[in-house]
Amino acid sequence: MLTLKSVHTYYGNIHALRGVSLHVNQGEIVTLIGANGAGKTTALKTISGITPASRGSITFEGRDVTRAAAEEIVRAGISHVPEGRKVFSTLSLKDNLEMGGFIRGDKKEVQADMDRFKEKFPILADRWNQMAGTLSGGEQQVLAITRALMAKPRLLILDEPSMGLSPLLVKKTFKIIKELREEGTTILLIEQNARAALHIADRGYVLETGKIVLQGKCRMLLEHEEVKRAYLGKGYREVWED
Amino acid sequence: MKIWDQEYECMSRDELAQLQLERLQATLNRVYKNVAFYRKKFDQIGFEPEDLVELNDLRNLPFTCSRDLSDAYPYDLFAVPLREVVRVHSSSGATKPVVVGYTRQDLKHWSELVARVLTAGGVTADDVVQVSLNYGLLTGGLGLHYGAELIGASVLPTSVGRTERQVKIMQDYRTTALVATPSYALVIADRMESMKVDAKTLTLKFAMLAGEPWSEEMREEIEARLYVKATDNYGLSEIMGPGVAGECLYQVGMHLNEDHFIFEVVDPKTGNNLEPGEVGELIITTITKEAFPLIRFRTGDLCSMQYEACQCGRSLARMSRVLGRTDQVIIIKGMNIIPSRVGDLLEEVLGSRPPYQLVVDREGHLDSLTVQVEVSEDLFFDKMREQRSLVERMGEKVAGGIGVTPRITLVEPGSIKYEDESSFKVVDNRKLSR
Repeated sequence: MLTLKSVHTYYGNIHALRGVSLHVNQGEIVTLIGANGAGKTTALKTISGITPASRGSITFEGRDVTRAAAEEIVRAGISHVPEGRKVFSTLSLKDNLEMGGFIRGDKKEVQADMDRFKEKFPILADRWNQMAGTLSGGEQQVLAITRALMAKPRLLILDEPSMGLSPLLVKKTFKIIKELREEGTTILLIEQNARAALHIADRGYVLETGKIVLQGKCRMLLEHEEVKRAYLGKGYREVWED
Repeated sequence: MKIWDQEYECMSRDELAQLQLERLQATLNRVYKNVAFYRKKFDQIGFEPEDLVELNDLRNLPFTCSRDLSDAYPYDLFAVPLREVVRVHSSSGATKPVVVGYTRQDLKHWSELVARVLTAGGVTADDVVQVSLNYGLLTGGLGLHYGAELIGASVLPTSVGRTERQVKIMQDYRTTALVATPSYALVIADRMESMKVDAKTLTLKFAMLAGEPWSEEMREEIEARLYVKATDNYGLSEIMGPGVAGECLYQVGMHLNEDHFIFEVVDPKTGNNLEPGEVGELIITTITKEAFPLIRFRTGDLCSMQYEACQCGRSLARMSRVLGRTDQVIIIKGMNIIPSRVGDLLEEVLGSRPPYQLVVDREGHLDSLTVQVEVSEDLFFDKMREQRSLVERMGEKVAGGIGVTPRITLVEPGSIKYEDESSFKVVDNRKLSR
């Protein structure tokens, strides 16, 4: 579905991605893990056209999107939920979601989806007309994901969805991600909580200073000595394993 | 016909190419970081892993030779700390043994790949598999063993030798699949005859054969005498052991496990890549191995590759039988013997390197090695006892160094005929055809 071939990206003067190749198949959850500054966020931003690649190629559903503008990429079917949620804090929840559906022509369908999400996520329904800025971190995360879904993406990109959330909310967020996959959304996920990410995803890539050094099924990565040593601290266990 | 790992063995060529690129780049990043030998090699040609943009760029990288593996003895080419290595195998090398390590993950992959090969050869969980290959430091026995267990077959680790017992076990334990070298399969057939065991009355169905060069004639003979379907498979301990490639029951060449290795065929003289179908030296790059990754390893094996789809449904390319060796290495009883190594050993005993020649014969189905050594006139006419003890010492030395016990014969000076340095060392009297 999504294929990156030998992608290089500069982030200012920093050569942040150095020949990254990866792919995401239809229906999969794929995760990128790595230390801070390894290039995970840059990889996501490169895919969604925010920091374009300087070399290499990106194809989505057979179409070359390497140099496509961010908006074209959303239209092509990729939605990106950025790190730190970034909801429109002075807009109401309703308006936030409408913004998410902005690129869609059929307003009736947009309305139908909004009603559906309202039902699915009661925490949103309760504050429908409140400003997004008044929501708690976890609620904002749900809003941000829902807003991305309003564009009806075939690929959803999530950047650190659990960041800054309490353990309970982390659990909830991951539950939502699982449900989305079951509904057929393909997901590319990065997570500081590598253990949680590897438990929820099918396959993973390990990034180190802008390069992929390991890739494979998450089952394998979870048991991998290097991954265990570098990324799977003990602290995360109780948060996720139940 | 069963396929062990549909997802990978039948993957589209496009998907496979992407997977190979991803795994190759990760491997290059790892060896550049963790293996001094490769870092140096890459630095010498000004190559950084990120310079590899597409698969064909691999062709710009230097080869790794068996000499490099010997020089790294024992652990210098390992890409992980020894504490992450859970198994070590070794085999004879150019000057020193080749030592190969496996992480836990490497062993898992190995079993998976052997399971593919065995499944392709007909083995299922219902089979009783007799592994008549050497167990020990060599990769054959244990490699096949774990793959057969992974399939869920009942495994008989009989190892090689004591042929009468092998036949008895085959009868009594109702073996359905035999794993052996092709020549040993025929030794078993011979023994059955002398024991008056009718192979028709056995439960044997499949034979998965590897470890030495063999021919279609041998296949026909084995199939006719043991009442089995015999398939060829390929592996080498430097790369992993068995599980690198294996034939399916259509018997049209060995499916290469391209999701774990990248295969090239090059002209052994120029090193240039050849077209599909052309015969040349097989070059292998490992793309999932962790403990002992190799980039463009020169196998020394001559073969060709083809990419046409196989009736079995696997999309993996196939290699022909091994048609010969580039470096005059001879394989006897599954052991690689490098003629110059024999010279080194003789030199250790005699103090200087004598003219010598290796003669390989096949009597019945058993291969034997004779080392003919030219000795100076005075020694030749010396006392019999001294001569005998010298022959004994040379025999022991060579046997210890190459793993096969040779017959040593002393010959008169000037009796070994050769045109140049490279043409005198081996006389292979075994008749092998394609």
